Amino acid sequence: MAPDTVPFVNPPSPSNADDPRIGSFPADLHVHTVLSACAEVEMIPPLIVSQALSVGLRLLAVTDHNTGENAAAMVEAARNTGLHVLPGMELQTREEVHLLCLFDEVFPLEAWQEEVFRRLPPLANREDLFGPQWVVDATGEWIRTEERLLAVSADISLEEAVVRVRRLGGLPVPAHVDRPSFSLFANLGLVPPGLAISALEVSRNFRPAEGFIRRPQLRNWPLLASGDAHRLEDLRAVTRFRIVSPCLREIEMALRGQEGRCFEVDWPAR
Amino acid sequence: MITLKEIIEALNLELLTPGLGLNRGVTAGYASDLLSCVMAGAKKDNIWVTLQSHMNVVAVASLLSLSAVLITEGKRPDPEVVAKAEQEGIVLLATERNNYYAVSRLSGLGIQDEP
Ligand SMILES: [Zn+2]
Ligand SMILES: [Zn+2]
Repeated sequence: MAPDTVPFVNPPSPSNADDPRIGSFPADLHVHTVLSACAEVEMIPPLIVSQALSVGLRLLAVTDHNTGENAAAMVEAARNTGLHVLPGMELQTREEVHLLCLFDEVFPLEAWQEEVFRRLPPLANREDLFGPQWVVDATGEWIRTEERLLAVSADISLEEAVVRVRRLGGLPVPAHVDRPSFSLFANLGLVPPGLAISALEVSRNFRPAEGFIRRPQLRNWPLLASGDAHRLEDLRAVTRFRIVSPCLREIEMALRGQEGRCFEVDWPAR
Repeated sequence: MITLKEIIEALNLELLTPGLGLNRGVTAGYASDLLSCVMAGAKKDNIWVTLQSHMNVVAVASLLSLSAVLITEGKRPDPEVVAKAEQEGIVLLATERNNYYAVSRLSGLGIQDEP
């Protein structure tokens, strides 16, 4: 079924809800670290992990702007804590659309990062204007400062990015599509036909009652709500997946409501 | 060279950064809502016409030492954006009208694109 003909499916109705292996995974799939110039200095792996656990998260994706270089440190910091970390990136496409690129493992993210770095303009970051970009280890210790400007568009179209992330086994999700800038609807007006995406992400303040009036197209899509955390207090456990294990294949099944997998979102009260 | 003060008066613009002087001259104009285009194309002392009003607008304007940013379509930046602009010395102007109107009026004042 083409995405634009799917009735409103958020949450999708489970087709077989009695698989005993299915558990609840509160998830925030959009979290920045100190490698994002706009993130606060507190966004280091151990503090993100402890805050994530204290708000009840079991699944988190690390998504710095145009880089995945702190992903391995986040994965390591979360090891044996009960929090599963998906390595990811928040790509800024040629059209200035933000796209979450989520992976199960670090190595396909590294391949993707190499491609993105090749397509970034050769500009140096200006810490005074954009903020510092720090690569850190799992304890939060500073390793090096990323010198290239990451708060800029890579020369990759949204459509190409989606295809390539899929080809690497990743899950592409257009980010904060309710926002007035750096978002699919603000910058492109509509979802390009044939775009191989399964869900859209909305920002943590999105309320369906008002949001669907402003953008009726959103009704046609499974909507994930994330914190887009740049500070610890931004982390949110409002999206809950009912899946067997915290991997992209299960998440994809939940987005499509397949075999008892599903997800639900606690929308903010007005 | 035409100054910001003259432009504000001629187009009846709202000044969002009242703390900044308006005697700075404007060499040329640039219009785009894609920041990557602006970074590649706008030049020092240009006035930039855009409907964007987020924080990176100030960062890009400052990076390029633009004279001013004219924010269109009645968009209003957040207070942090205005504070950053004042700190960086970037004059922010606003109009309810759209990019087309702003550019055509600036053109009428003799402001051209950068040669
Ligand atoms: Zn974003
Ligand atoms: Zn983000």
